[in-house]
Amino acid sequence: MIRPHPEPTPLTEPFWQEARARRLAIQHCSSCRQYQFYPRIHCIHCGAQSLEWEVVSGRGTIYSYTVSMRAPTPAFSVPYIVAIVELDEGPRMLSNVVDCEPAEITVGSLVQVDFLALDSEISLPVFRLA
Amino acid sequence: MDHRLSGQYAIAGVAESDLGVVGPGRTELSLQVQAALRAIADAGLTVKDVDGIFVQPGPFERMPGLLLAEYLGIQARVNDTTMVGGCSNLQHIEHAIAAIEAGLCEVALIAYGSTQRSAGTRQIGGVSEDPRSPRGQFEIPYGLLSPIGSYALATTRYRYLYGLEDTDLGWLAVATREWANLNPVAYRHDDPLTMSEYLASPWISWPLRRDDICLVTDGGGAIVLTRIERARDCAKKPVLVLGIASRSNAHYWVPGLDDILTTGARVTGPEAMSMAGVSHQDIDLLEIYDAFTTMPLLAVENLGFCERGQGRYFFHNGRTGPRGEMPMNTSGGGLSYCHPGMFGVFLVVEAVRQLRGECDSRQVKGVQVALCHAFGGVLSAESTVLLGKE
Ligand SMILES: [Zn+2]
Repeated sequence: MIRPHPEPTPLTEPFWQEARARRLAIQHCSSCRQYQFYPRIHCIHCGAQSLEWEVVSGRGTIYSYTVSMRAPTPAFSVPYIVAIVELDEGPRMLSNVVDCEPAEITVGSLVQVDFLALDSEISLPVFRLA
Repeated sequence: MDHRLSGQYAIAGVAESDLGVVGPGRTELSLQVQAALRAIADAGLTVKDVDGIFVQPGPFERMPGLLLAEYLGIQARVNDTTMVGGCSNLQHIEHAIAAIEAGLCEVALIAYGSTQRSAGTRQIGGVSEDPRSPRGQFEIPYGLLSPIGSYALATTRYRYLYGLEDTDLGWLAVATREWANLNPVAYRHDDPLTMSEYLASPWISWPLRRDDICLVTDGGGAIVLTRIERARDCAKKPVLVLGIASRSNAHYWVPGLDDILTTGARVTGPEAMSMAGVSHQDIDLLEIYDAFTTMPLLAVENLGFCERGQGRYFFHNGRTGPRGEMPMNTSGGGLSYCHPGMFGVFLVVEAVRQLRGECDSRQVKGVQVALCHAFGGVLSAESTVLLGKE
């Protein structure tokens, strides 16, 4: 059983393409020099449409997390950790923290990106404790 | 909303439909209509008096306002289907006042109905998403339970920053159940809850347990709103809309929040209270949307009833329960009375009944001003409404 499968669009394809190569790429605005996630047509900080993809460190900090004891589909085996990760570059993204016991994680834990290959098209960015 | 409109509009009628488990033969429409007809009768009006319809779409009907008007047999001059989740019906009050003020209609019917329990449409993963949408690509693949998981994320952050303990939210769940035990139509009317039972209830999305989470029931509710002059001619004493304010926050899903503990209530609370010309000490009754215990926790802080980080103490020792000094969620709330998907309308129904003195054994004495606050989405939209007596 495979987990719910994201479907890339022309706008987000670079994100998924980099993920297949095990790199985390997010949009960077060449006008105001800020990062954003998730990918959009325009910059939410300044409104410019001058966005470029940039491979980032993949390092981040746990902003918050929950330990899920129920699963929306049988693809997830409980318990599993869903977290908001604040990337070192600023933006926050939702993800899973994998290979981690609930007792090992706290708000503020340092994490590093890893990739979970769902199939040949989608490698999902997940995080591990750093 | 313009402060000059404070007290110029009134709720003339309120009602619930059948609640709980209504069975497979009933539809959203049938519960909407049952609640609507009861609320219209409560106001002493007839269906033909209604010329404005305010209703949000559910899982089965894309154009519920058109269907409701046809079913009731009326030609609605205003048909508003604003959908911002559980606070939709509160925003409808604001929209109805604006519409009447602009001369678009005279008598507004706000109605809600859901058969999510009997129809089995509530799934723990939330509603399905287009896999190309932002959530479909960047949230759904991670298995965040929805909406439980989003509120769990807020709760974890709160625990970390302010040392929230399990019993802090337990006090709220227990007090809310005590109210339900006094409400004959509450789903948990005959089912008391102790702190030890609360603490023994299983984790669903840690740090939230089963007993932090609302019921899944069927049910409907309705409100009839009109100008104060017209409301004075209705069957019951008018309940005034003293103040109202709404915000759609600048995010849809929680990773987009700047601060997961700062909600729109920080703006809607002061705006609505300023319009009403009341301060915190004037408020006798709170009706705060409690799909999860986290929501009242965040609301009392963001509405300014206590400092940030102090909300965890707000519910201690039954303070919001039947013998407490700050009665809250006197129907039994979404936690213990009913929760048919979107609870906003029920906050108002209960506040109106308390202000009228219709609540029998759960009646709060001397209620002059009530505050209703609702959330929609996952901390995505909010409305605050202050109601009072003439
Ligand atoms: Zn920019």
